Amino acid sequence: MNAWIERQRGLIDFAVANLDRRRGRNLGLFLAYVLVVFLLASVVLYGDALRREARQLLADAPELVVQRLTAGRHDLMPADWAARLEGLRGVTRVQGRLWGYHYDPAVAANLTLLVPAEGAPEPGRARLGAALARSHGLGPGDVLSLRDHVGQARAFIVDGLLDTASELANADLLWVSEADFRAFFGIAPGLHTDLALSVANPREVRKVAEKVLERLPGARVISREEMGRTYDAAFHWRQGLLLTMLSLILLAFAFLAWDKASGLSAEERREIGILKALGWDTEDVLRMKLWEGALVSVSAFLAGYLLAWLHVFHAHAPLFTAVLKGWSVLYPRFALRPEADFAQLAALALLTVLPYVAATLVPVWRAATLDPDEVMRE
Amino acid sequence: MIELADVHKTFNPGRGNEYRAIRGVTLAIEPGRVTALRGPSGSGKTTLLGLIGGLTRPSAGRVRLDGRDISALPERFLTRLRRDAFGFVFQQFQLIRDLSVLENVMLPATPTGRPYRRVRARALELLGHLGLAARADARSQWLSGGEAQRVAIARALINDPPVILADEPTAHLDSALSIQILDILADLRRQGRTVVIASHDPLVFSAGLVERVVDLRDGRVAP
Repeated sequence: MNAWIERQRGLIDFAVANLDRRRGRNLGLFLAYVLVVFLLASVVLYGDALRREARQLLADAPELVVQRLTAGRHDLMPADWAARLEGLRGVTRVQGRLWGYHYDPAVAANLTLLVPAEGAPEPGRARLGAALARSHGLGPGDVLSLRDHVGQARAFIVDGLLDTASELANADLLWVSEADFRAFFGIAPGLHTDLALSVANPREVRKVAEKVLERLPGARVISREEMGRTYDAAFHWRQGLLLTMLSLILLAFAFLAWDKASGLSAEERREIGILKALGWDTEDVLRMKLWEGALVSVSAFLAGYLLAWLHVFHAHAPLFTAVLKGWSVLYPRFALRPEADFAQLAALALLTVLPYVAATLVPVWRAATLDPDEVMRE
Repeated sequence: MIELADVHKTFNPGRGNEYRAIRGVTLAIEPGRVTALRGPSGSGKTTLLGLIGGLTRPSAGRVRLDGRDISALPERFLTRLRRDAFGFVFQQFQLIRDLSVLENVMLPATPTGRPYRRVRARALELLGHLGLAARADARSQWLSGGEAQRVAIARALINDPPVILADEPTAHLDSALSIQILDILADLRRQGRTVVIASHDPLVFSAGLVERVVDLRDGRVAP
């Protein structure tokens, strides 16, 4: 065992000395490698963290949302529709919701006005999402003025900001009272945007949805599960788009790495011949080169992954915000929760480390299986 | 005892550039003596040295070391034999650039798994014995010809092999340095090692070191 360790130590010593001898080449390769792992890991870490965050948010969403459709488009919900769902077996609560979008030319962005189920502000007052507050430069006590559906200016006194911990969901939110909401959009009493249904048993959600459609044939029923899939699809699509763009860089790196790693110079071939003449096994030569490749690729992988981690979870991923977060103007600013995913780490490592190590070993194996005499004579 | 029985070596067989370097050499080299292979350039000295030391396999014939046929050994065993039984001193020194003198000397010991400290101590002892203690940390490419040849000898001795194979050990040295190297080889002979030298340098044959001369011409032992 000791002899084995001593042998590995000797091989590692030689591998490190070799890396040092070709410092310029190896440093260039290392930096390119770090950059690729950094970009790849940033996209994967960020996309996954966003999906996790979105799923977390959905945990508080109602099991079913019922919307009215008129000519295939979302329409306001008459008051009696809620009454028609009361007493539906499995449904514990039916609640009319009020929310709507408003285009604010001041920041050229859409705001979401919402009447919360609980804790709505007093009439004339509003509570703002953090991104919205930032874009208008508003704080508690300030006045936010918006034009309503007839173009008349309405002032809201800001009485607080929404929880920044869930900024992904409430970045562009504006909480208002029911009276203000109806007046702002001109929605008559009794009408709602949609209905939120609470279902006690998650296994009954699909059945309840069918029953809702029987009672309200003109409705659209959206389950929480479907919302989750939509989020997933949206983030997957964006992540895929970004990865496609990055694939060009990956491809360029693959060519560079293959060229640098697999191209064995005459000097390197001669050295392999010398080592073999001095009593190094083909296996020893391969192991030494394996250490060399592993030192470059594993250290570059760890450095790239660590940088990506810092970029995503500490610097809020400035490189990918525009593509991955998806808000057109009001970018939420929030810290994503870091979570170690070993399967993801292993997949990234496999994608980046293995091809490199393989690229280094093939030509070395070819040279190392020749007679030392033959290699040294070349 | 090293024995060669009707050994042939052909490079690139069957191709347009086929070259028969050794053509039926039969030879016995006694242990504990200094044997020199003499002949002009292209006579097959280096190839024969390589065949004796297991650097390459014969195309035909047998090479035996102490009665054991080494020409048919699997690669792994042949490598072990090169490591343990033979110390090579190559014509072009064949030191590895940018490694220090000490690192170069320690290289053959790496696959043995001997403790690093012991190998290092032995390497320093050898370098001290060959007058190179002060050059242990120097890069190999900074060495003079004489220094490089002595480093190559130290490297050949690191695994304490019973046989030293030296290919043109004085080829790139002036007369004074050549005599110094020959003295070192004589010292190895006194330690009981078998020394085989391939050379066409008259100085090697006039120094009184060589006990037996084998003349080669066109890949054959000349009568």
